[in-house]
Amino acid sequence: MARQYYDEMYDARGKCRPHYQEFARWLAATPPEQLAQRRREADLLFHRAGITFTLYGDEQGTERLIPFDTIPRSITGREWQGIERGCIQRVQALNMFLADLYHGQRIIKAGIIPAEQVLANECYQIAMQGLDLHRDTYAHIAGVDLVRDGDGTYYVLEDNLRTPSGVSYMLEDRKMMMRLFPELFASQRIAPIDHYPSLLLSTLKESSPVDDPCVVVLTPGSFNSAYFEHAFLAREMGVELVEGADLFVRDDRVFMRTTAGPRRIDVIYRRLDDIYLDPLAFNPGSMLGVPGLLAAYRSGNVVLANAIGTGVADDKSVYPYVPDMIRFYLDEEPILANVPTWQCRKPDELSHVLAHLPDLVVKETQGSGGYGMLVGPAASKAELEDFRQRLKANPAAYIAQPTLSLSTCPTFVENGIAPRHIDLRPYVLSGKETRLVPGGLTRVALREGSLVVNSSQGGGTKDTWVMAE
Amino acid sequence: MLSRTASELYWMARHLERAENLARMLDVSYSLSLMPQDGRGDGLNELAMPLLITGTLESYVGWHGELHAERLLHFFALDANNPASIYSCLRAARGNAHAVRGRITADMWENVNATWLEMHSIAAEGLGRYGISQFCEWVKQRSHLFRGATFGTLMRHDAYKFIRLGTYIERADNTLRLVDARYEMFGDKVASISDDSAHGYYQWSALLRALSAFEAFTELYREAPGSRCVAELLILREDVPRSLRSCLDEINQILASLPGDNGRPAQRLVAELDARLRYTGIDEILAEGLHGWLSDFILLVRQLANAIQSAYMEAA
Repeated sequence: MARQYYDEMYDARGKCRPHYQEFARWLAATPPEQLAQRRREADLLFHRAGITFTLYGDEQGTERLIPFDTIPRSITGREWQGIERGCIQRVQALNMFLADLYHGQRIIKAGIIPAEQVLANECYQIAMQGLDLHRDTYAHIAGVDLVRDGDGTYYVLEDNLRTPSGVSYMLEDRKMMMRLFPELFASQRIAPIDHYPSLLLSTLKESSPVDDPCVVVLTPGSFNSAYFEHAFLAREMGVELVEGADLFVRDDRVFMRTTAGPRRIDVIYRRLDDIYLDPLAFNPGSMLGVPGLLAAYRSGNVVLANAIGTGVADDKSVYPYVPDMIRFYLDEEPILANVPTWQCRKPDELSHVLAHLPDLVVKETQGSGGYGMLVGPAASKAELEDFRQRLKANPAAYIAQPTLSLSTCPTFVENGIAPRHIDLRPYVLSGKETRLVPGGLTRVALREGSLVVNSSQGGGTKDTWVMAE
Repeated sequence: MLSRTASELYWMARHLERAENLARMLDVSYSLSLMPQDGRGDGLNELAMPLLITGTLESYVGWHGELHAERLLHFFALDANNPASIYSCLRAARGNAHAVRGRITADMWENVNATWLEMHSIAAEGLGRYGISQFCEWVKQRSHLFRGATFGTLMRHDAYKFIRLGTYIERADNTLRLVDARYEMFGDKVASISDDSAHGYYQWSALLRALSAFEAFTELYREAPGSRCVAELLILREDVPRSLRSCLDEINQILASLPGDNGRPAQRLVAELDARLRYTGIDEILAEGLHGWLSDFILLVRQLANAIQSAYMEAA
């Protein structure tokens, strides 16, 4: 099957797109040895700063660098406006959906989403039912994963409403590019993103009704794959990085243990999944959480960002309904399109999926991080057969989508520069208003032909430029 | 500051100070073991001293059976399975530093990290080939370097205070134990052995050198070292940096400057101990019996450490 890929830098006739021309000129004029030397410098700097992630299921290399590519992904200002409006619209609708779901459930009563799709969902939290949140915000921080199909159209691949990660790479990649190639930033108008931590801090403060609330970042600890990011964000915001054992609950209020005695906490930016938050309410074996946290939360004495139970809205089985949510709550047409999705729980859609398995991508509805998915065109016979059995055994756990021809961007590989597939994750912050910094994290699948961009599966990152108009 | 952060900083400093003190102990015992001996003449009693002081002799015997010079030295300095070895202390200090990397300066972190990495390669090489005196010298130098990096680069806020607190608690305990051990070595003979005997001279001067106080002693007393003067110098002199008095003086000042009400029991205790030293003379202590007095004080310092631990590091 011949595929048409959209390349970010070159059009179908191989001509450089206007917003990349300055970069292309620079690239052609810079000696390759100098570029290679700068790339080595970048590796060294990332290593020294300890900008690493931890890979699960890997006994040896616990700390690894995420490969950084020095060719940026560039987006025109006009295109960005569409992405920005589309992401804001989408996250607003998702927050309204969560507020509705945990209160009156109008959308279910209206027959737009079947009750069993959400109420029977593992991520639906009964404890959230009827609980009023400040500003009705559930997902204060959302990551919206976007890809481009062959004709350049942007599609939302998934919404991340639990604890989306990667924003530290967005910031560090930019810092690195400005350090290595300042001339590129002098000759072009590239929108700045460095104010993300301050925007995040404002968002977290705005999530609380308290004046000048005390904000902390809650991490599972230094063995977590994203620990670097937790420490990074706490440092950038100037707030404490705490572990569960640093916090305690007394009279339904949350305190941290400090050398000057207990200090009241108002907002917890938690990078810990729902089930680990409170051993009294969720997983009793969790050593990472804070006993009594849920009771304090339900009393309205502390804000959790994101709220408990947001996972029900970014579940892949709920994903197909997001365009309808936008129409229902906002009375608007979706600006960003969904990828067409077959829900395997429906018998007729399952038989379609089984019949076209080699052409499709199959994902677990609860999965993330690129674990437990099938890329049909790249799969072996045995893998296809394995998934066929899994689908038949538990169809409701899977959805399927056409294999998108993800757009490509020129990337440094072993033998020079070659196109590699990329995606884009902008980070959407919801406080007094919903906003995002111009850009996001661009992940690149470094293996030739690969469509999986997750860092746990050998993906790298690129700096993401939004060009000022 | 988070209690956990304070605890990591405090223990980082304690572990580093402990490594230094162990090296000092090893140094004095090793040099004395080379002296002509009265008893068996193999210097083993002397080499077992550091283990006796640190309370690890029993676990050595459990692992290795009889005393053996090379094994004793290895067990005390390099054994990864001995939690009280210099190796283990440097490993623990590096672990503490790693946990609070964002709270100490890059200079301090790189110092602790490099020390640990070098310790690793020394352990691979073996103490015999590296040289025992050289090894003790190296540990002391790394400790000096860390203190210098801390003094020269760290902001003077709570982190600095908790690091200093760890250093002085550990040092106070160590000075007490070293004086006690040297005094015990004479046992009841102390009265009969005149202080100017050659044996007494080497014992006390080795102790003074181990605590880097030999120069202070000669300047202050201008006589051959004997138990009374040495005890006075190492317990009561406020101008000798490793003396008990100056350690408690520092701890007293640091605790008084920490915010919060949790620390009151610890603040009261250290003020009491400080006053006791300030208004005690050496003859009073000797009349009470030096060993008994030192043993009591070791317990009091431990009590103080516990009070600090529960006031600031488990505070809630």
